[in-house]
Amino acid sequence: MAIPIEMPKLSDTMEEGVLSAWLVDEGEEVSSGDVLAQVETDKATMDLEAFDEGVLLKQVIAEGDAVPIGELIAVIGEAGEDISDLVGEAGGDGAAAEEPDAEDEPEEELTESAPEPEPEVEGEPTPEPAGDGQLSERTPEPVPAGTDTEGRRIKASPLARRIAQEHGVELAQVDGSGPEGRIVRRDVEAYLEGQEAEPAAPEPEPAPEAESAPTPAVEEAPSYAMPDEEAFEREDISQMRKTIARRLAESKYSAPHYYLTVDIDVEQAVELRADLNELVEEQERAKISFNDLITKACALSLHDHPYVNAAYRPDEGEIHKHNRVHIGIAVAIDEGLITPVLRDADRKGLSELARETRELADRARTRDLEPEEFEGATFTTSNLGMFGIEEFTAIINPPNSAILAIGEIRDTPVVEDGEVVPGKRMKVTLSCDHRVVDGAKGAAFLDTVKSYLEEPMNLLL
Amino acid sequence: MATLQFREALREAMTEEMERDDDIFLIGEEVAEYDGAYKVSKGMLDQFGHDRVIDSPISELGFAGLGIGAAMNGLRPIVEFMTFNFSFVAFDQVINNAPNMRYMSGGQFEVPIVFRGPNGAAGQLGATHSNSTEALYSNFPGLKVVSPSIPDDGKGLLKTAIRDDDPVVFLESELMYGLKDEVSEADDYTIPIGEARVAREGEDVTIVAHSKSYHIAMDAAEQLEAKGYEAEVIDPRTIKPLDMETIVESVVKTNRLVVIDESNPFASVASEVTHQVQDRAFDYLDAPILRVTAPDTPAPYAPNLMDAYMPGADETVDKCLRVLYAQ
Amino acid sequence: MAADTSAPDPDSGSNGSLHEGPGLPDDFPHAARLEQAGVTSLEHLREVESLEELTGIGPAYANDIERALEELGESEGGGTTSTGETTEKRSSPLSSNGASEDSAEGPATHQSIDIPEGPIKETLSFETYPADRYKHDELGFEADEVLDLLSNMLLQRRFENRCRQMYQRQKISGFLHLYIGQEAVSTGSVNAINLGDDSIITAYRDHGMGLAMGMDPEACMAELFGKATGCSKGKGGSMHFFDAERKMMGGHAIVGAHLPLGAGIAFAEKFKGTDNVCLCFFGDGAMHQGAFREACNLAGIYELPIVFVCENNQYAMGTAVDRAFSKPDLYKHGYNFDFPCSLASGMDVFSVNQAVRDHVETYARQDQPSMLEVRTYRYQGHSITDPAEYRAEGELDQRQSEDAINRLQDYILTHDLATEADIEEIDEEAKQRVKNAIDAANDAPFPDESALYDDVYTQEDYPFIA
Repeated sequence: MAIPIEMPKLSDTMEEGVLSAWLVDEGEEVSSGDVLAQVETDKATMDLEAFDEGVLLKQVIAEGDAVPIGELIAVIGEAGEDISDLVGEAGGDGAAAEEPDAEDEPEEELTESAPEPEPEVEGEPTPEPAGDGQLSERTPEPVPAGTDTEGRRIKASPLARRIAQEHGVELAQVDGSGPEGRIVRRDVEAYLEGQEAEPAAPEPEPAPEAESAPTPAVEEAPSYAMPDEEAFEREDISQMRKTIARRLAESKYSAPHYYLTVDIDVEQAVELRADLNELVEEQERAKISFNDLITKACALSLHDHPYVNAAYRPDEGEIHKHNRVHIGIAVAIDEGLITPVLRDADRKGLSELARETRELADRARTRDLEPEEFEGATFTTSNLGMFGIEEFTAIINPPNSAILAIGEIRDTPVVEDGEVVPGKRMKVTLSCDHRVVDGAKGAAFLDTVKSYLEEPMNLLL
Repeated sequence: MATLQFREALREAMTEEMERDDDIFLIGEEVAEYDGAYKVSKGMLDQFGHDRVIDSPISELGFAGLGIGAAMNGLRPIVEFMTFNFSFVAFDQVINNAPNMRYMSGGQFEVPIVFRGPNGAAGQLGATHSNSTEALYSNFPGLKVVSPSIPDDGKGLLKTAIRDDDPVVFLESELMYGLKDEVSEADDYTIPIGEARVAREGEDVTIVAHSKSYHIAMDAAEQLEAKGYEAEVIDPRTIKPLDMETIVESVVKTNRLVVIDESNPFASVASEVTHQVQDRAFDYLDAPILRVTAPDTPAPYAPNLMDAYMPGADETVDKCLRVLYAQ
Repeated sequence: MAADTSAPDPDSGSNGSLHEGPGLPDDFPHAARLEQAGVTSLEHLREVESLEELTGIGPAYANDIERALEELGESEGGGTTSTGETTEKRSSPLSSNGASEDSAEGPATHQSIDIPEGPIKETLSFETYPADRYKHDELGFEADEVLDLLSNMLLQRRFENRCRQMYQRQKISGFLHLYIGQEAVSTGSVNAINLGDDSIITAYRDHGMGLAMGMDPEACMAELFGKATGCSKGKGGSMHFFDAERKMMGGHAIVGAHLPLGAGIAFAEKFKGTDNVCLCFFGDGAMHQGAFREACNLAGIYELPIVFVCENNQYAMGTAVDRAFSKPDLYKHGYNFDFPCSLASGMDVFSVNQAVRDHVETYARQDQPSMLEVRTYRYQGHSITDPAEYRAEGELDQRQSEDAINRLQDYILTHDLATEADIEEIDEEAKQRVKNAIDAANDAPFPDESALYDDVYTQEDYPFIA
C-alpha cells in the first residue's frame, strides 16, 4: 500500500519548506520513526520523520527544492509497487496503486455542514427599546452631510438631519445655533415654523416603493412648533412621501439648478393635433394629447443635445451621456406622484406614444406599475397646464440633468406683422443642472424644442 | 423597609444566602477574626464558624484560584478582595481561569463564584489604591460585572450574584459602605442582573452613572432642575451585561446623553455606553455624547489634586448644559 | 488491588518528613566515618580529645575534621550550638469533616521574638522511589493488570506519535505539546487513585494524562482536530482536555496558574467531608511561578488533601532545569511548607505507582499536603515546532535507554507475564485504536458556527453585545 509523504507543517507559521537534505535513498527500507530528510522551515531545520514502514519508492522533489505544505515530496510503499497514480507518471504494468490510508483521503468536512448564520454582527439592526417603535423606522442609509452654498460642509446633529430630511428641508437654508454653527433640532423646528405652507409643485418622482401602503395626500405641511394640539391632524409619513422628500431634497441640494423659460407659439401644433385626432378616431386608436406632441418634440431634440440627456456621476468622476432617450412623465396620483417612463420615445410614433402614455398613466394611478416602468428616465417632463398654471419651475429628477416644466396653452394677443392678433402660446421652463448643462446648452435645447413645436410637421417625419 | 448601611445590606445578602445554601463560603483577607477590613463580614465568623468564613493570608492569586478550583468542584465561593486594587495580583485567575473554564471545557465545568470588594478611588490613597476596574473586567467574556450604588440594589444584586452559575465581579465602594438607605425586607429579595434602574425621569437630558457616580448624577439633576431642565438619571447597576435597551429608550426620548464614570476615560464604561448609543440611536442624537470621567492620569494624593481628579456634580451640570445648547 | 507495602510512617520520623536534631551537618567531612565511630553530634565531636585515636579516623582524616570544626566555630561566633526554637504551625481551623470546631487559640500570635542562641539546625530526610525496585505483585497488580498498564502506556505513545503526523498534515493546529517519554507518570499515577472520586488537574501537556484516565481517544483526537465531537466540543484544543465524569479537571495552559485551582479542588473535598484527594501535576517550569508558593502555603495552612506532583522532564521549554533553579532538587522545595517530600523515577511505572500511593494514602487522605518530584524525560521538543537543539549530543539516546515502555516490556517478559507475541498484539491494538480515532475525527463535523456563543455563560441569550 503506497503512502504519500507530503511536505509537513513543522511550525505554526510555516507555509512552505525547503528540502535541505535527503537522508534515505530511493529503494531503502524505512521504519516508523526514521528520519527521511531534513526540512528547513521558517524557524528551524527539522527532521522529516516517517510514521509508517516500507521502502522509499520515490523522492518526488530534489534537495534544495521549496514546496508548500501538503505537496507530495516522497512515496513509501512496498518494493516494486506501482505508484504512478501518486506521482503522475505513466504506469508500468497497469497495476493501480491502492487507495491511500483513510486519513490520506481528501477531506470534505469543510463543505459538509452548512452552519446557519446565527450571531448578529455589530452594526446590523439592533433590538428596539421596549415599548418604543421609533427605532424600527430608522433610515438605513446615511443622510448626506451636504455642503452650503460656498461648498463648506454643513454641521448638523443627526437628529436635526433626520427631521430636515423628513420634511424636505435643505439644511443649507437653516441657520445653526449650536457650537460652530451646528444645526440642531430646535433650528430645524424654527425653520419649519417660519415657513408658510407652500403649494408644492408636483415634482416628478421617479422611484417610490410601489408596495407601500397608500395614504391620503397631506393637505399642508405640519408645523413643527405644535403649540396647540387641536391645530392639526396627525398623519404618518408614507414611504412614498419619504422617498419624494429624500430624492427631491437631494436633487435640489446637490444639483445647482437654474431656469430657462421660453414662450412657444403652439397654434400650428394645436391644429395639427386636431387633424391627427380626427384620423385616429376613425381608426379607433388612442387620442393624441398635446403632451404627447411635447414628449415627441423633447425626444427628438434630445438627440441633438446630448448634455441635456445626461447624468452627472461625481462618484465615478464621469458624465454619462445616454445613447437612448427615455422620457419620464410626471403623473400625479393620490399618494403623491410617480414618473412612468417612455422608453426610446424618439423612435416611437405619436400614436404609439399616446397609447403607451395613457396606459402607463392609468396603471400608475392604480399603482400597478412594475419598477422597470418607472425607473431609468434620462429626461423628464412635468405638466401642470391642465390646472391653469401658466408657468412654474420643477426640481430635477435625479440623476437627470434637466426637467421641462410645461404650463397651460393660453389664448393671448400676439403681435404679428405689426398687428395685434389672437394667438396660442405655451410657456415651458427648463430646469438645468449646471454641473452638466451650461446656460447656452440649455437655451439651444429649448430652441430646438420650440422649433419642433412651432413647425410640428417635423414631428411626423 | 429597613434603614441599613450599605455594608449591612451586603452582609444580609451573604448571610441569607449562606443560611440557604451550605455550599457557600466566604474567603479573603481579614474576613473572619478581624470581622472584615471594612466590617462587611462582621459577626459572620460567629454565625458560620471557621469552615465557612475563612481568613486567607495575603495571597490573592492563591485564594482567588482556590476559590475557582472549589467552584469547579461543586462549591459556591464568595472571594473578598480587600480592595480590587489587590485583584491585580490575581488577575490571571480572575480573567483567564474563572471566565474561560466553562467555554474551554465545552460546558463541563462551571465556576459559580463571586469576587467582591471595594473598587475605585476612596480618598487620598494614591495611585495604586485608587484603580477603577469595571471596564477592565467587563472586557472579558464569561465574567459578569455588577456595581450597585445604593444599599437596596447591593443586597438584591449580591444575592443574585451568589446564585448565578457564572463568575461575577461585584464592585463595591469603601466610601459607600456607611451610606444608609432603605432596604427591602421582602423574603428572598433579589434583583436580576442586567437590568438598569431609572432613578429619575426627565425629558431633557439623560445621565447614565453607576456606583458613586450615581450620587453625583442625582445631585447634578437637582441643580439642573433649578435651571429648568429635567434630567433622566439611569443607574445601569450591572456593567455587564449592560442594559442598553433602557439607555437607548431614554436617549430616543431626550436626544442627549452625558455619562459619568469615575474611571480613567480611555476604553472605559463611558466609552462603551457612548459607542453603543451612537450605534443604536444615532439619528436621535441632537448633540455629541459627553463624558464626565477622571482625567487620563494616575490618581494623585494631594487633596486639591484629588478633588480635581474626581468627577463632580458641577462638571456634570456643565456638560449637561453643553449638550442642551444652553451655554 | 492496592496492597500497602512500604508506605512510610509519618510518625516514625525516619521517612518522608523532616525532623530536627543536633546531628552532624550533611556536608561535614567524613560524617559517615564519625558516625560509625559513635560520634553523632557536633557537641559530642567537640568533646573528643584526640581525633586521631578514633576508629576509622586516624591521622588521615583528623586534620580535615579539625579544620571543619574550627570553621564552624568561627561562623557560629563562639562555637556553641543549639537546636533553636521552632514555631509550630497553628493547626487549620477548618475541620476535616465539615463540622466547625472553634479555634480556642484565638487570633493572637504565638511566635516568640526572643531569639535563641544559634545555630538553629534541622536534619531532613526525603523518601525515594528509584526505578527497578518494585515488583508488580508487591503492588498488588495481577498479570493481566500489568498488561493493562502496558496497553495504556502504548496507547499514549501511539496517539502522540500520530498527533505529530496529523499536525504536519494540518489536521491539528495551534500548539501541540507531546507526552512521549513520560507515559509512566500518568499511568502509574492514575492507577494509584480511586478514579472518578479522586481528581487530577494538570498542565497543558495533557493528552497522556487524559488517556491514562480513560478518556475516549476518539473524543481526544476529535478535540485536536477542532471537531464538535471533541472532549471540549472543539473549543479547548490540545491544551484544554477536560472530563468531568472522570474528574479530569483539565489541562491548563498558563504555566503555574492551575496550582491554586488544585488547592481549591482539594478544599472542596475537605469542605464536603469526603475522603477524596486531588493530584495536582505540574512541570518543573511551573515551580518558578509565585502560584506554586501560594498554592502550597494555602494547602499547608488549610491542611488540604492534595499531592503536588512535579513532573520534572528536565526542560522548562528550552531551559534545562539546573540552569533555572537556584535549588534544582525540586522535591526539597516542598520542605519550605513543612510538606513530606519524595523523589521518584518517572521511567518506571511501578516506582511512580508506589510513590503516588504512599503520598495519597499516607498523607493526602490524612489532610496532609505533600510534594512528590517525579524525574522523567520528554523525548520531543517543548512543542511540535521545537527541534530541541538545546539537548546535548547523545542525550536523548541515553535517556531513551531508560524508556519506561521498554522497561515494562522487559519486565513482562522476564517475569513471564506474557509473550512477545502478546506484547506485539497489545501494540497493534493500540495503533488500531489511534487509527480509528483519526478516522472518527476526520469524519466528524466541525462545530456549528452558532457554537461560538455557547457556553460563554449559563444563560442562553448571549451575546450581550450584538
